[in-house]
Amino acid sequence: MASRTRQRTGPAGLTARLVVVVYLFLLVAWPVSVVVQRAFDPVGQPGGVGALWERLSAPDAVYAFYLTLTVAFWAVVVNTIFGVGISLLLVRQRFRGRRALSVLVDLPMSVSPVVVGLALVLTYSTGLGWFGSILSETGVRIIGSTPGLIMATAFVSLPLVIREVVPVLEEVGTDAEVAARSLGANARQTFWRITLPTIKWAVVYGVVLSAARAIGEYGAVRIVSRGAEFNGETATLLIQNEYQAFDEAAAYAAAFVLVMAALLALVVVTVVRPQEGSES
Amino acid sequence: MSTGTSAGAITGTATSRSTLTAGSRIGLGIALVWFSLLVLIPLAAVVVTATEGGWSTFWDTLSDPDTASAIRLTVVEALLVTVVNVVMGTVIAWVLVRDRFWGKRALEVVIDLPFALPTIVAGLVLLSLYGPDSPVGVNVVNTRQGIFLALLFVTLPFVVRTVQPVLIELDADVEEAAASLGATRLTTLRRIILPSLAPAIAAGASLAFARAISEFGSLVLIAGNQPGRTEVASLKILKYVETGNPAAAATVAVLLLLVAVAAIVVLDLISRRAAERG
Repeated sequence: MASRTRQRTGPAGLTARLVVVVYLFLLVAWPVSVVVQRAFDPVGQPGGVGALWERLSAPDAVYAFYLTLTVAFWAVVVNTIFGVGISLLLVRQRFRGRRALSVLVDLPMSVSPVVVGLALVLTYSTGLGWFGSILSETGVRIIGSTPGLIMATAFVSLPLVIREVVPVLEEVGTDAEVAARSLGANARQTFWRITLPTIKWAVVYGVVLSAARAIGEYGAVRIVSRGAEFNGETATLLIQNEYQAFDEAAAYAAAFVLVMAALLALVVVTVVRPQEGSES
Repeated sequence: MSTGTSAGAITGTATSRSTLTAGSRIGLGIALVWFSLLVLIPLAAVVVTATEGGWSTFWDTLSDPDTASAIRLTVVEALLVTVVNVVMGTVIAWVLVRDRFWGKRALEVVIDLPFALPTIVAGLVLLSLYGPDSPVGVNVVNTRQGIFLALLFVTLPFVVRTVQPVLIELDADVEEAAASLGATRLTTLRRIILPSLAPAIAAGASLAFARAISEFGSLVLIAGNQPGRTEVASLKILKYVETGNPAAAATVAVLLLLVAVAAIVVLDLISRRAAERG
């Protein structure tokens, strides 16, 4: 171990190493491992894989995970189409307001999730929203129904695909696309044969990041899910509700699934990352 | 080269003005409508709702004792967390880049975990070790220490991940030159290393600060939400929304936004000063 150390690690270096390891262990590694342990062995409740499975297959939990996956799926689909489209427009086209647009599309990530929820309520709630009267006349419900959850989730994860695709598009340039066009390919052929293969890994990376963010969204979803006859309890809201209803075992079971999903996303991201580099 | 020049001619004539074809015009139109409906109009609604009552309403909301104390608590905690992140984030980045030891790769995953975990799970994660039923006998629920801990958790990666790439690029030759000219390690650190890292540290610090003042999910289970004591601004916004007072909620939201912008400007100035001094 120490013999492979390239530079001399003096007492200061060793102290820094120790401080970092202890800090990260106490702040992250230990607490996360306790959550996993609590999922299998909750305080004052029957433990084991069977009990965990039972808690996860309870009707509330099944509904919550189903709703989370539905909302995340549509939010990711919308963000991917929008993200790839707007990236192509921003990098490949010149139009007035292009610079302003490229700054604005990065904005949603820096808005607090609670404010995102508030913003959507102020615009789309039938009671007090700007579009409230139109929505209640046409009978469309957004706040307190699945479309509202999808919009809140799409809002908070909006720039993730764009942030990955724009740098790749800028780096590869237009030579291959222009060559394809000059050889007689139409716009659609050029997109599917040339552009999409070059940005493929960037899109995959952005989709994984968006999906992880979408599955874990809590604040924005909590505010827009309030509806009289709608059960908007997603997986993250289920964790909060169960924990506050003193059913900690159920909260830890659901949290375990989300911890595993987060770890999976981290692994996929590390696997996808180098491929993107070798591609370009 | 003939194809090259003709290709250059095509792009050359095309990029002189707007290059939008009919198809991309429609695409841009659809994208702008969606972006406006999803982001721009709702955010405008927040600003308008906060300001339509005029200055007096704005001021009345912010001078409510509980709201004022929530904002003060949020800003103070965010500042403390940012200071800890500046020190610890830089040290962690330093150890990850310059030190070699067994298990260092595992630390990289540990640092990314706070970003990958859903915020509500982050709160539960901390409660499992530092909450009721704590195996170590520490209980931070309903305390300001609990808020501090949760904010420390969710902001961990910012400074580390902004400083790390700069530190990798930093040339070890300059440090060795300074050392060979008789500079002590402390002088090298102060005169060579820290000035080059300052812009990255400031960038990471402003991200961490902005995240800390707007943090919500990880605090819901920990903070306990006692008005005037452990209620932070984001939870105050939630309370205003739930009690049917959207104007007050929007006012607090706009104020948080202004504080975040001010912090970014101040940190940018500090980092420029530090970089110039080096």
